[in-house]
Amino acid sequence: MTFLTVVYAILFYVATIVLIGGLAYRVWSYFKLPVPLKVFTAPAPRTRSGAALRVAREIVFFESLFLSNKWIWIFSALFHASLLVVLITHLRYFMEPVWGWVALIQPIEPYASLAMVAGLGGLWVRRLFEPRTRYVSGVSDHLMLALLIAIALAGLAMKFVSHTDIIMVKAFYLGLMRFDWQPLPADFFLLVHLLLVAVLMIVLPFSKLLHLPGVFFSPAINQADDARERRQLASWNAAFDALREK
Amino acid sequence: MAEQDLIIPELGEHLPTPDIAEDALADVRSYPAKPQLQEALGFPTELVEDWEEKAIAKMGELLEKYRSLRLYLDICVKCGACTDKCQFFLGSGDPKNMPVARQDLLRQVYRKHFTAGGKYAPDLVGAKPLTREMLDEWFTYYHQCSQCRRCSLFCPYGIDTAEISMAAREIMDSIGMGQKYTNEVVLKCHQIGNNLGIPEAALRNICEGVEEDLEEETGVSIRVPVNEAGADVLLVAPSADFFAEPHIDGLIGYAKVFHQAGISWTVSSHASEAGNFAMYLGSYEHMHKVSTRIRTAAIDLKVKRVVMGECGHAWRAAYSFLNTICGPWDFLDPNYPIPQHICEFTQDLIERGGLALDPTANDHMTVTFHDSCNPARAAGMGGYPGGQFEIPRSIIRACCNKYVDMHPDFIREKTFCCGGGGGLLTEELMPVRIAGATPRLQALKQVMDNDGVTHMAAICAICKSQFTAILPKVDMDPDMIVSLHQLVSNAIQLGAKD
Repeated sequence: MTFLTVVYAILFYVATIVLIGGLAYRVWSYFKLPVPLKVFTAPAPRTRSGAALRVAREIVFFESLFLSNKWIWIFSALFHASLLVVLITHLRYFMEPVWGWVALIQPIEPYASLAMVAGLGGLWVRRLFEPRTRYVSGVSDHLMLALLIAIALAGLAMKFVSHTDIIMVKAFYLGLMRFDWQPLPADFFLLVHLLLVAVLMIVLPFSKLLHLPGVFFSPAINQADDARERRQLASWNAAFDALREK
Repeated sequence: MAEQDLIIPELGEHLPTPDIAEDALADVRSYPAKPQLQEALGFPTELVEDWEEKAIAKMGELLEKYRSLRLYLDICVKCGACTDKCQFFLGSGDPKNMPVARQDLLRQVYRKHFTAGGKYAPDLVGAKPLTREMLDEWFTYYHQCSQCRRCSLFCPYGIDTAEISMAAREIMDSIGMGQKYTNEVVLKCHQIGNNLGIPEAALRNICEGVEEDLEEETGVSIRVPVNEAGADVLLVAPSADFFAEPHIDGLIGYAKVFHQAGISWTVSSHASEAGNFAMYLGSYEHMHKVSTRIRTAAIDLKVKRVVMGECGHAWRAAYSFLNTICGPWDFLDPNYPIPQHICEFTQDLIERGGLALDPTANDHMTVTFHDSCNPARAAGMGGYPGGQFEIPRSIIRACCNKYVDMHPDFIREKTFCCGGGGGLLTEELMPVRIAGATPRLQALKQVMDNDGVTHMAAICAICKSQFTAILPKVDMDPDMIVSLHQLVSNAIQLGAKD
């Protein structure tokens, strides 16, 4: 067992715990925070199922963003859709046997990776050169894009520049999952790719990438417009009922 | 601010998105609330000694009370979609009037004190301490937001700057930094029952005067009752409807509608205000106190229904909040919406053939409709999504032969704020109000030039006051802004149903 394997094994255990623990904590903390008023952004669906559908449309189609800005919509839709494809095709490293439909879409992975870089690149060009977006961008906003692009490029390099023994990589991850560590190939692009992925996993719960679970909890989007029929009481504002004389 | 300092916009065919003009509105600040005023509302009289600590503590308290606040401070990805959506940015180019930049004033401090990233890598995530300069920027720019929610509509996560500006104002009030205008209005409402401070005797005088004028003008005895117990309907109108032009023409319209419908009604001197300026402060306590006046009046006067007059933020406070804040309203007639908007009331009568309307009475006008921001994006009407757009238009069409919509990008849910809502309708903020009104005026000018529009109807007291003040500054006729129920008033054929 090489030192490198041990370091990466520990790194991925830590990253996984931080990612899952961190996201679970954030989701739980949003879930338990009170929502004391109806603050849907109108016009809103009248029913709760309608509101759930509205949330789904935001997540799947980025409906508001489409209404707002076509360029951001194109680039971010391209990025998110490609990321989804790549995440799915990467499932093959974590399962044996590989599900048929995952194996089936595997050939499109390089194209999806390129599309991901194109989408991220478009977003970064906007961030760098569109004056208003540039004005509101902080260092971390640029770094996030750099991190994601670097992950994708390192991944692509393993395909187009210098091949990695992916059978060994798969054995490494299956080993991690079964607590039976297997050696990790010491290839430059692989190590860069995996290191940056671990960084992303650790940073995600503490960063703006929280928009992932956060969009489910946005009262502007997830509330039904039933304000005249249903009171929106949290414990702290329900207590106000006792204050009135009539 | 002297008149000559005002930058008057040139209205062209289109309003271009302006270049960034750093600090364009940085010097336009609200007057601070005086110590007596702060004290009367239960706020510290002046900036407290340990204001930084207290402000952070208050922020922590609010973060535990409102999920929206914490979520919206956390999840913005700085995508830039909102940056060209706020009328105050579009009219001024001041980058701190871009919604995300306005939010960032609070978000930077939130990150510093409440997030791991801000504690360990402040420069990376743009975390900043709450300095005196920062606090002054809060006071300036959180009082340049009309809480119109246009940004929320266009945000992929629904991030609502209104939630953040309300929190910022609540924090500032809690450390003794209140805004004079809004706090004065809230206090008047607490003490007298309405925002303009019209006492009961004056209210009675005004309503009697309206009755006399109406009888003289129409030959029909039309009542405008005050405090009449046992009436079917309690009408809660913005107090400007009793006082200002063109608002009072709307009140006359309501009176004629009630008269022809044969439904008894009354206004209340205890709850002689539909608006709830406490909402602008973000203070639930004060919002509760203002709203409860309506409940008390409805119980005391033994009415069966509550109908709200034409007022924008008021309709949010009524439609979206009243049930939560001081419900349940189980003592009212459940067959009618609680509360009901005067437009819903009038539309219902029109549909049932209860009103005799002659649209030729308004043939001297070509009318367009300004969707007020809060009915459009913070409330509903008619029991179906978008009723707040269809119902007023439907009433106008029943009362006018010539109706034209403004450009589809600037109406309905995409409407602009008039530039005066959310506690900005005060003289010292005039440059901000002009900047905020510019996008709407540009869209208005387009239909004036292309379609011969002569009048713009609105269902909000603030919109009416704001446009009446701003239109002359761009050489337009202030009388072109009309109450929606003024059109009803013109068209209604009194006697036809008797």
